[in-house]
Amino acid sequence: MNTRSQILLWAAQRASAVVLALCVLVHLVTVIYAVRSGLSAAEILGRTRGNLAWGGFYALFVAALAVHAPIGLRNALSEHLRWRGWTLEAAMLLLAGVLLVLGLRAVWAVFA
Amino acid sequence: MTTLRVKVWRGAENGRFQEFEVPRLESQTVLDVVTHIQRSLDPTLSYRFACRVGMCGSCAMTVNGRARWTCRTHVANVAADNSLEIAPLANLPVVKDLVADMTLFFDKWAKARGKFHPTKTRRDGFARVAPDSAERLLVDAAIECIGCSVCYSSCDVVAWNPDYLGPAALNRAWTLHNDVRDGARRERLAAVAGDAGCHACHTHMSCSERCPKQLAPTASIAGLKRATAAAALKGEL
Repeated sequence: MNTRSQILLWAAQRASAVVLALCVLVHLVTVIYAVRSGLSAAEILGRTRGNLAWGGFYALFVAALAVHAPIGLRNALSEHLRWRGWTLEAAMLLLAGVLLVLGLRAVWAVFA
Repeated sequence: MTTLRVKVWRGAENGRFQEFEVPRLESQTVLDVVTHIQRSLDPTLSYRFACRVGMCGSCAMTVNGRARWTCRTHVANVAADNSLEIAPLANLPVVKDLVADMTLFFDKWAKARGKFHPTKTRRDGFARVAPDSAERLLVDAAIECIGCSVCYSSCDVVAWNPDYLGPAALNRAWTLHNDVRDGARRERLAAVAGDAGCHACHTHMSCSERCPKQLAPTASIAGLKRATAAAALKGEL
């Protein structure tokens, strides 16, 4: 991987961290609200189904996670297992794809 | 008279600690202890020093598990129970006893383009750099490095990633990046960016914590991260 790509990966991880920090905050407040208000699963689904704002928010959450986690894991694996090169890049790309698919599937389940 | 129990690393990588008893003196430094051992107890002990006043950066060693400049480290501040364990610097090959091989450390300064690249000749006038200019202030904050390698020896990332340029080389690159007279900024940014450069830093701040000159290589590295990211986004790298 060339130097420019390495820099852009670093920038993407920092930018996705900012998005994640906000998303986690909103998510936690939402969870606390839902629990304290005693909302049932049906009531929660009633508010999320067809709601573009919630769907969009959680899709953004998943996208930020799919960017952030593989880049961080790439560094950890490289430093601690000395795993480098194209096999590592391919594995992390695969991980990003899996996180994205599983995450969006979960979002779709509460949106559709 | 009180005595110090001093364990000193002997041999190369596969050496062992040897124990000595050294008289405890007032205002004694760790370098005084090592010098006493070599001059009075075992003349075969190898160690490195030059100025003895914290200017040259030659005498850094691992003292009780922590990298320090030994000429300015008072025994009173580090020898709990009057015992010392002195080893060569970590993250560098051992030549013999307390002497670490600094070749790799300084090779990385060269890799990080730690050399000034002038843009004028001797026939040009002196460059005028305002002491209160933003660039000069950034240089001032980082320029007093004595090349002792305490930061390099204390860095976790160097231990995990042997290709990592390390705090001292990156700090040097940052001073040159802010030197308005220098003509190799873009090449230097390319040299210090990426997985073996400033982007490998995890901001553990051991370098800034342990730098005997109270510099903050972490801040210099953060500056390089910003500068390289901006250059990459502009398509300059």
